[in-house]
Amino acid sequence: MIETTISASEGTLQGIQGLLRSLMEKGVVEALQVPMRLPGNGIAPMLVTDITALDRADPLAPVLPINGARAASQLTMTGNPKKLGLVLRACEIRALVELVKFQQVSLENAIIIGIDCLGTYPLSNDRRVDDRWAETLLAGAVTGDIQPEEGLEFREACRICEQPIPEGEHVALTIGLVGVEEGHLYLKAREDVAEALGLEAGEPPSGRAAAVDKLIAARTEARDAAFAEFRERVSSMEGLLREFAACIRCHNCMINCPICYCRECIFRTPTFEHESSLYFQWAERKGTVRMMPDMLIFHLTRLNHMVTSCVGCGICTQACPMDIPVGTIFRAVGQKAQAIFDYHPGRSLEEAAPVQEFREDELTTLGER
Amino acid sequence: MAETEFEPRIIAFLCNWCTYTGADLAGTSRIQYPPNIRIIRLMCSGGLDPVYVVKALLEGADGVLIGGCHPGDCHYQSGNYKARRRVAILQSILEQMGFDPDRVWLRWISASEGQYFADTVTEFVAALKEKGPNPLKGVGAI
Repeated sequence: MIETTISASEGTLQGIQGLLRSLMEKGVVEALQVPMRLPGNGIAPMLVTDITALDRADPLAPVLPINGARAASQLTMTGNPKKLGLVLRACEIRALVELVKFQQVSLENAIIIGIDCLGTYPLSNDRRVDDRWAETLLAGAVTGDIQPEEGLEFREACRICEQPIPEGEHVALTIGLVGVEEGHLYLKAREDVAEALGLEAGEPPSGRAAAVDKLIAARTEARDAAFAEFRERVSSMEGLLREFAACIRCHNCMINCPICYCRECIFRTPTFEHESSLYFQWAERKGTVRMMPDMLIFHLTRLNHMVTSCVGCGICTQACPMDIPVGTIFRAVGQKAQAIFDYHPGRSLEEAAPVQEFREDELTTLGER
Repeated sequence: MAETEFEPRIIAFLCNWCTYTGADLAGTSRIQYPPNIRIIRLMCSGGLDPVYVVKALLEGADGVLIGGCHPGDCHYQSGNYKARRRVAILQSILEQMGFDPDRVWLRWISASEGQYFADTVTEFVAALKEKGPNPLKGVGAI
């Protein structure tokens, strides 16, 4: 990897757009998946093959409508005909790595372009991307003390995200913002990408390490506090029932989860559409039956199926119409479940997901008297 | 009228080749064990999706027994190792969700261990009587 700092005197966003243009001009990629401004200043990841459209690219927009790894799956799974650059935040890259393991993303003809995440805001239809938002965050990024725009709050997933910086050998190009003086971009590039872009090895900005540490320390503290709160709330059966009481079983959390990729998901089959008489049979036994039923089994089963690969992007919480903190629940539960296997979702393409492998010499007391 | 003693209800998922055959041996050997168990036969413990265990618990089963071949003996090479990981994950989740993970037992019981099967059921029933009924029994709001 080659590290260097380049000038972006015309503005950080313009600098990033210029870099993306060079990637296409120099033939590093022929197409990009990148967050783009929509008419009316909405944001969506788009597939861009027209280089002139890149003046609407906005990877700095502090919103995450969907996890881009899901889009990347659609674009690469059956073979992308053009070499693709995927411009993603750290949580999207972690999801992408998991999806590669589950054979839902192919990196055969694609590279990952990571960008430091400065946090994202909840976005709804009446809230459009505002230029000031990124400016406020960029100003904070210089020292690593990133605060939201006044009157706004980051999504909880972002407040407790201690992995905002893209990491790993699989990231071909990282665009660094944290600890970087305004008017500059820090770049970390794979040798072939650096060569194509004509980047010479240089120094990382002097303040980067300290600023990244500061940001991660603050986020880790917030994470531990949120996990402790969750564990306090859900320490009993009553707590568990209360946590999910508002669920309307719409499955939005699952539909938007980047890790929940199964095409034959049991919850999208008629398995849970029961004969009318069965509901009455249950009611006879229990006195009452919640409608729609099978709410808790949905969450508990989803936890069992994918929590060891949960990357904490929090898209589930954002997609929940009832404001259930699904993402925080999954991250907290995932922390302990992942620790059993010393597994870090999205860390590396080299390690298999816990549900994909086993070791003969592990968990040896389980199953014994 | 005298209060009747709590009789736990156990749902058992047993693999065809080892534990189910072990249960069969217990029967043909006329070994006595408590009748609190409802057995569902699977081809392999590795084929058990946690959704079925969760369903049993949410519907009020007091305990779930998962039986498979001893490590190294799986008739499909590695199903029991996969089951072991799934149970480890399941128990971690249950515990963190405020539910007693020790209501789910995983046991390796071979086809020749009829006595061990009977002992396991006896022990499980005793342990569940100690714990009392599944707190989710009769809860409609799930």
